[in-house]
Amino acid sequence: MATMLYRDAVLQTLHAEMERDESVVVLGEDLVGGMGTAGGPEAIGGIWGTSVGLFDKFGKDRVIDTPISECAIVGAAGGLALAGKRPVAELMFADFIGVSLDQIWNQIGKFRYMFGGKSKCPAVIRMAYGAGFNAAAQHSQSVHQMLSGMPGLKVVMPSTPADVKGLFTQAIRDDDPVIFLEHKALYGVEGEVPDGEHLVPFGHARLSRAGEDVTIVATGMMVGMAEAAADSLAEEGIGCDVLDLRTTSPMDEEAILDSVEVTGRLVVVDEAPARCGLARDVSALVSELAFASLKAPPQAVTPPHTPIPFARELESAYLPSPDKIVAAVQKTLNWR
Amino acid sequence: MQLSRDALLQAYRQMRTIRAFEERLHDEIMKGEIAGFTHLYCGQEAVAVGVCEHLDHEDMIVSTHRGHGHCIAKGCDVVGMMKEIWGSTEGLCNGKGGSMHIADKDVGMLGANGIVGAGAPIAVGAAMSAKLDGKGKVSIAFSGDGACNQGTTFEAMNMAVVTNAPAIFVFENNKYSEHTGFEYAVGTNNDIVSRAEAFGMKVWRADGCDFFEVYETMRDVLEHVRGGNGPAAVEFDTERFYGHFEGDPQRYRGEGELDRLWAERDCIKIFRQRATEASLLKSDELDGVDEEVLALIDKAVDDSRAAPRPTPEDVQRDVYIDYF
Ligand SMILES: Cc1ncc(C[n+]2csc(CCOP(=O)(O)OP(=O)(O)O)c2C)c(N)n1
Ligand SMILES: [Mg+2]
Repeated sequence: MATMLYRDAVLQTLHAEMERDESVVVLGEDLVGGMGTAGGPEAIGGIWGTSVGLFDKFGKDRVIDTPISECAIVGAAGGLALAGKRPVAELMFADFIGVSLDQIWNQIGKFRYMFGGKSKCPAVIRMAYGAGFNAAAQHSQSVHQMLSGMPGLKVVMPSTPADVKGLFTQAIRDDDPVIFLEHKALYGVEGEVPDGEHLVPFGHARLSRAGEDVTIVATGMMVGMAEAAADSLAEEGIGCDVLDLRTTSPMDEEAILDSVEVTGRLVVVDEAPARCGLARDVSALVSELAFASLKAPPQAVTPPHTPIPFARELESAYLPSPDKIVAAVQKTLNWR
Repeated sequence: MQLSRDALLQAYRQMRTIRAFEERLHDEIMKGEIAGFTHLYCGQEAVAVGVCEHLDHEDMIVSTHRGHGHCIAKGCDVVGMMKEIWGSTEGLCNGKGGSMHIADKDVGMLGANGIVGAGAPIAVGAAMSAKLDGKGKVSIAFSGDGACNQGTTFEAMNMAVVTNAPAIFVFENNKYSEHTGFEYAVGTNNDIVSRAEAFGMKVWRADGCDFFEVYETMRDVLEHVRGGNGPAAVEFDTERFYGHFEGDPQRYRGEGELDRLWAERDCIKIFRQRATEASLLKSDELDGVDEEVLALIDKAVDDSRAAPRPTPEDVQRDVYIDYF
């Protein structure tokens, strides 16, 4: 086991997979950083530090620094994939999928199905998502809610450096288009990462805290908040299962149902609003398939149905927090 | 030279206000008091001011992530802008938008934008509206050398041509999009505005560090567009004096590049030189403006620090119209 940052797990996985497989190609804006400047290629090395050294090692045909053209970036990833490569495209901020949405939704997500299973599109579209930096309505969003509703796309949201390695490796080797969501606030988080080959299959949740009273389901940055809530509840003798979904499409329904069958209580924490989103989706799943186990109505801890506000006070009021999760857990315990 | 003394002083005041606003932000951001992402307009002041001094509040502009200069030049209240950047409920957008999303419809400033390339299509719509109103008003999209590579910008230019909309595409070529040089990212031989020409509109090119040149060029551009001759585009050669965003290490710059830019390409210095050498204005008059501007910025910061803060209830406000 090596200890490394979440961001370095992204970078090292890219290095490893590009070395292992010549068909892996990366593309994105400022990915090389410094193209066409006096400082030259690699002067900066990508704004997240997740592409440092790739250009020098693999050259300009496999490490493609693109103009600001998200629609063409995702479209080109689709074309590279149809033609037999394994592109990893970066959209600097998840919010920028808006510019490329046709290529994500109508194109790469549908090739396999529309073409009768005879085409594959092994493209990974990576992007940094999430709030916490007062970056306001167009640089803070969580987009899994929208993308998980698009059949044909796989949606991955690692919460630890180890899972970055395992899930990203799987994403690159996967034969379907994968949306790989990296939380901005997690880039600087450190954790142990297994050495050598490490793959985490999609659709398998991770149990990060175990308890018998309440099930808390979370993804990405919400996992840490759920753990903090579970740890403080544990001091009061309340035990929580914390399930890190890892992937929202496919989703590990079995793990959720198994846990709720024991606890009878569900709290879903999500960084996207509940309406038409993951929180209500998981609640509906449990209501439909584990109704008899429920001792209290499922609770959603999510932002409200609003764009993301700028001011510090507003963003923190908008986001879930460990305190809000504790309150929701207590609500399920105090039901009737 | 057709500008009156008052007009010249006003232009200088606007440029200095932008410079002082941005430099103060630069300091305050270092101190950690300001949240969010901030992109400073220093170096490009002559473009915003040279364009907007021709406009009134019924002419409209659409801005970018680097929008403070456009806002000030178009007449947004400087204190209200500062309060917005501080996240106060008294900010121009009630603390909801911050640096990248300042807007003030009352002065024809339709909005800064966090999405590169989103502005040009919006400006075309505003131009269509101006055409319907028939008052000879125009709509201007400010875009960078990076934004010119977005398909949205291409679509907007073509649509403006085929609808004969009074839209003006102002390209501010500051040579960089984030950390990438325009010579790498712009495929048309280092020439942005030739693209606009290929779409079928009349184009101009000028030095964006010389207020007088910007102003004179825009006189011709506006005459053309206000005359109902359809859209036009201008490329201004300009410079960005600070990092892409605050905190950018700028390792992509050449050795001595920034020193050279400050020495040779500072639009404020160039303005002062030209205005005093031609005996249009005196140095001490200009110094007087500097002092007034700095006092205004001090006040803006003091007022912002003391301004009311939002409360959690404000999160839910203004998602939709409130009919009650
Ligand atoms: C759709 C979209 N893609 C990428 C970005 C990230 N980004 C912000 S500013 C910028 C560079 C813009 O360059 P340019 O248009 O030249 O404007 P400048 O920053 O030089 O003013 C980039 C890539 C963004 N905000 N929106
Ligand atoms: Mg630029």
